[in-house]
Amino acid sequence: MDRLFDFDDYGALLGLVHNSLIAAALLGVVGGLVGVFVQVRDMQFAVHGISELSFAGAAAALLLGGSVALGSVLGSVLAAALIGALGVRARDRNSVIGVLMPFGLGLGVLFLSLYEGRAANKFGLLTGQIVAVDTVRLGWLVAVSVVVLAGMAVIWRPLMFTSVDPEVAAARGLPAGVLSIAFTLLLGLAVSLAVQVVGALLVLSLLVTPAAAAFRVTASPVLAPVLSTVFAVVSAVGGILLALGGSIPISPFVTTISFAIYLVCRVVSARRQRSGWGSREVPAPTPVPVGS
Amino acid sequence: MQSSLLSPRDILGPVTTSALSLRGAGMSFGDRVLWSGLDLELQPGEFLAVLGPNGAGKSTLLKAVLGQQPLTAGTLLIGGREPGRGSDRVGYVPQQKSMDAATPLRARDLVGLGIDGNRWGLRRRTAAERQRIADALAAVGATGYADAPIGLLSGGEQQRVRIAQALATDPALLLCDEPLLSLDLRHQRAVADMIDRRRHDHDTAVVFVTHEINPVLDLVDRVLYIAGGGHRIGPPSEVLTSETLSELYRTPVDVLNVRGRVVVVGTPDEPGGCTHHDLTPPAAAQPAGGAA
Repeated sequence: MDRLFDFDDYGALLGLVHNSLIAAALLGVVGGLVGVFVQVRDMQFAVHGISELSFAGAAAALLLGGSVALGSVLGSVLAAALIGALGVRARDRNSVIGVLMPFGLGLGVLFLSLYEGRAANKFGLLTGQIVAVDTVRLGWLVAVSVVVLAGMAVIWRPLMFTSVDPEVAAARGLPAGVLSIAFTLLLGLAVSLAVQVVGALLVLSLLVTPAAAAFRVTASPVLAPVLSTVFAVVSAVGGILLALGGSIPISPFVTTISFAIYLVCRVVSARRQRSGWGSREVPAPTPVPVGS
Repeated sequence: MQSSLLSPRDILGPVTTSALSLRGAGMSFGDRVLWSGLDLELQPGEFLAVLGPNGAGKSTLLKAVLGQQPLTAGTLLIGGREPGRGSDRVGYVPQQKSMDAATPLRARDLVGLGIDGNRWGLRRRTAAERQRIADALAAVGATGYADAPIGLLSGGEQQRVRIAQALATDPALLLCDEPLLSLDLRHQRAVADMIDRRRHDHDTAVVFVTHEINPVLDLVDRVLYIAGGGHRIGPPSEVLTSETLSELYRTPVDVLNVRGRVVVVGTPDEPGGCTHHDLTPPAAAQPAGGAA
């Protein structure tokens, strides 16, 4: 247990990970908001698939001595574009992802095994790293986050409409295909952010779990993204703060916090449903018995 | 000589524009003609039921009116204008389908999307818009569950909310695509009455695509029956006869009146012989979905 937690010199350590904390908070905001649509559009598998290609891109950049941030963005966007273009229907999408994902992971492993630099760099891409965020990379993360947040703000309402109510949205003239590709690309960018902070294997803990937890406890279109964002920020920032005290990577802490939040939300929702969530002033009419 | 004293309106009387006007309208895919030579002037407040076997082109007709599918022949005007994509003048009610229980929207929000779901960017709804949403919900008797998550509503409740959504923009033309499918008889009646009240109170013209004429038989003004590439338009008593349908199907078809219900027997597309308009009596109603 001593190896896990050692909070001596905590203040000094905190100064060292200043950039990482900002990056984590940003990632929380982006992941929490994008996660709302990952949930609504049932794209959890896509998140996983994109993160593996993002990992391959980052590993290639590491091998070639380029920018890891740029590599992961390129990998993500390429994966998102392929998924968006080849898999419009959910079934096609999942099979495209299932084909791309192992290929991306294989490429990534190849690049890493050819890489002869620091081992921590390799491991970090898969499981996250806390001190890797220098000022240049933070600049990247901020820029990508701004693009994702601005894009989400523009398409938020139409995307919600077309995701939950596709027929009526189409009848109202919304272009479902354009919205789908636009969101998949924004999702790709968000995944590339997450890969750089929590690592490729654990992206789901920030892009899926917080929104899934929020949806258990609210159906408000305002409160759901707010809660999802809060959950993701708490997981990401909290994960780093806990990881500082030990020598193990950040990701177990991030995933544990986000999973714990999810469990709490499930318990809350189970209790609420027992006491009648969505109960109405007028009792629900009982259907006329048929077939009797 | 210039006669500026009298305008055409003075001479001809008030000009009434048809809510929906089809002239020589045709729709075909390659060699396959769904319908052709369709002439229809739908007056404000008129209730038109569109009947016919599966694949006859009923839903394609709605797509044409929604501007999603161009006619292959003839012209189509809505309120005297070309159909645009996503006009506020046209409301659309799709068939009921189950929504994910964790959809982060309440009944109120679904109606709101009917008003501004096609607008890009973030915005706050005005007080007037919120009032319109509340009024639309009240008009269909859905105020009691306005804040319940839509995923937790019953099929009948959901269809009421959908009608509120379609009417929230105060359309002059309401398109319904099998809105009663999978509802029990009591809710079929309630939803049909709601649509009927709307057209009487607001002069909204209704195009109602259905497999089942009986739930709306006493409400419809005219029937458009499409089958085998041909069609007939007229009052139910003229179209739903053995002679007319035998002619349309080019095979002997019997239309029976059983206790105020219309039953069509012997249409060629149903091997069993007994079809669409054969609504089983209440005591032996089929389970939801069995009608398709």
